[in-house]
Amino acid sequence: MELKGTNISFKYPLAKEYLLKDINIHLDNNKITGLVGDSGVGKSTLCEILSGYYTNFEGTVELDGQKLPEKEFCPVQLIYQHPEKVMNPKWKMKDVLEESWNVDDNLLSEFGIQKSWFTRFPQELSGGELQRFSVLRSLNPKTKFLIADEMTTMLDAITQVQILDAVLKIVKQRKMGFLLVSHDMDLVNTICDDVIYFNDINGI
Amino acid sequence: MADKSKDVSSIYSPIAKMNLRTKTLLTIGLTVFILVAVVITSLFINSADITTNFNAMNQAPSFEHLFGTDWMGRDMFTRTMKGLGLSVQIGAGASILSSVIAIILAFVGSINSKLDSFIAWLVDLFLSVPHILLIILISIGLGGGAFGVTMGVALTHWTSLTRILRAEIKQINTSEFVKLSQRFGKSKIWIAKKHILPLVITQIIVGTILIFPHAIMHEASVTFLGFGLSPHEPAIGIILSESMKYLATGNWWLALFPGLALLIIVLLFDIAGENIKKLLDPTSANE
Ligand SMILES: Nc1ncnc2c1ncn2[C@@H]1O[C@H](COP(=O)(O)OP(=O)(O)OP(=O)(O)O)[C@@H](O)[C@H]1O
Ligand SMILES: [Mg+2]
Repeated sequence: MELKGTNISFKYPLAKEYLLKDINIHLDNNKITGLVGDSGVGKSTLCEILSGYYTNFEGTVELDGQKLPEKEFCPVQLIYQHPEKVMNPKWKMKDVLEESWNVDDNLLSEFGIQKSWFTRFPQELSGGELQRFSVLRSLNPKTKFLIADEMTTMLDAITQVQILDAVLKIVKQRKMGFLLVSHDMDLVNTICDDVIYFNDINGI
Repeated sequence: MADKSKDVSSIYSPIAKMNLRTKTLLTIGLTVFILVAVVITSLFINSADITTNFNAMNQAPSFEHLFGTDWMGRDMFTRTMKGLGLSVQIGAGASILSSVIAIILAFVGSINSKLDSFIAWLVDLFLSVPHILLIILISIGLGGGAFGVTMGVALTHWTSLTRILRAEIKQINTSEFVKLSQRFGKSKIWIAKKHILPLVITQIIVGTILIFPHAIMHEASVTFLGFGLSPHEPAIGIILSESMKYLATGNWWLALFPGLALLIIVLLFDIAGENIKKLLDPTSANE
């Protein structure tokens, strides 16, 4: 399976200059890729483009030669940097999770999610607790490619390992593609088979 | 010193001791109780019971006739209560209809962007014509009466709630959780129902209640001007316009009490609306 971005250029509607210029990026599910770069260079923006959040960019994004669907479930899923932003504040956590899929109890405990959290609202959980839901939600069986945008920055070292291990296990089991965006070079070097430096691919 | 005086007052006044939430709830309870009482009382008053009594014509307010009697000896208190009940009912019909229109337009706009521009244009169009004029035109066009007035008021009062809802929905549509929902393959209608509705329900409830006072006032004014309810109906607008003829002869109570009662009802709705807003708005709920 191959996720391919070709000649991607993008600028935010109100910005004067291009943020991304002629980016070519090839990812596949045989290796785990890391994406590193300084803060504010546009990593999150590129991730959003690769997972179908924007349509107003130049270039193409294809999964196995197919454009990403706009109206159906997107096989490329993004784990967002800030979990509280991807949850409706008026929804209980059970609904938040089930908006994507019905997770079995095994997986819940593997991600350290307690059933008692299900009846709470997002504001009533910590950032780390929310991120577990956000991660698990993206692991819908229909997901083929997973992009994790600094998903562990708000977790302590132990939780970070616990969640990453759980994700990597599923990624290997289901032979999914995985792109890890991080500031943490140590983490990228331990987990990833391949590292892409953002400034090398961005033609600005 | 300031603290001390506050303490003293709180010992003597049980109302000052309550927190804001309890006070808000109490205010809402009280206003709703009065409004419901008015409507129920009016429902028990049979128009046929408001009999003419030529032995008791043009009497000033007394214990027997709290609001006095008119030139046909009818008890003004009974007439006023009947009229208020009618006003609240027409207000309810018009407000609910208005907010249904607003909800439909706002949600249709959120699903289809072309229709959204049309709706924005429609809002501006309706806002650029004076309300009272439109109500009169629509009321006459639909044959007057309770139906004409209700439609006239309903068709002119959806604009502000539509504006609020459109702005709110636009903002929610740019949020990350809505974009993610789309990536999960959810349809726009599903998103409108599940994501957007729970976030705007407060505005809808408060907006509907706050249309009430406008609706009641406009109904009364249009009726007063002779373009609304027919002269046979026991409406406040009718009572007021009739009593105009007798004001010169010194029968001040004919206009004062019904007018004051209408004003109080309108104020009660305003108070109820503002307090419900306080209660439902999480930013001010726990103060
Ligand atoms: N919605 C937006 N509208 C306009 N500009 C934006 C928007 N989102 C981000 N930007 C700008 O685009 C640039 C890149 O943002 P982005 O979030 O992609 O950076 P990043 O590489 O992920 O940074 P970090 O490592 O801090 O997460 C920043 O300068 C940011 O201010
Ligand atoms: Mg980022």
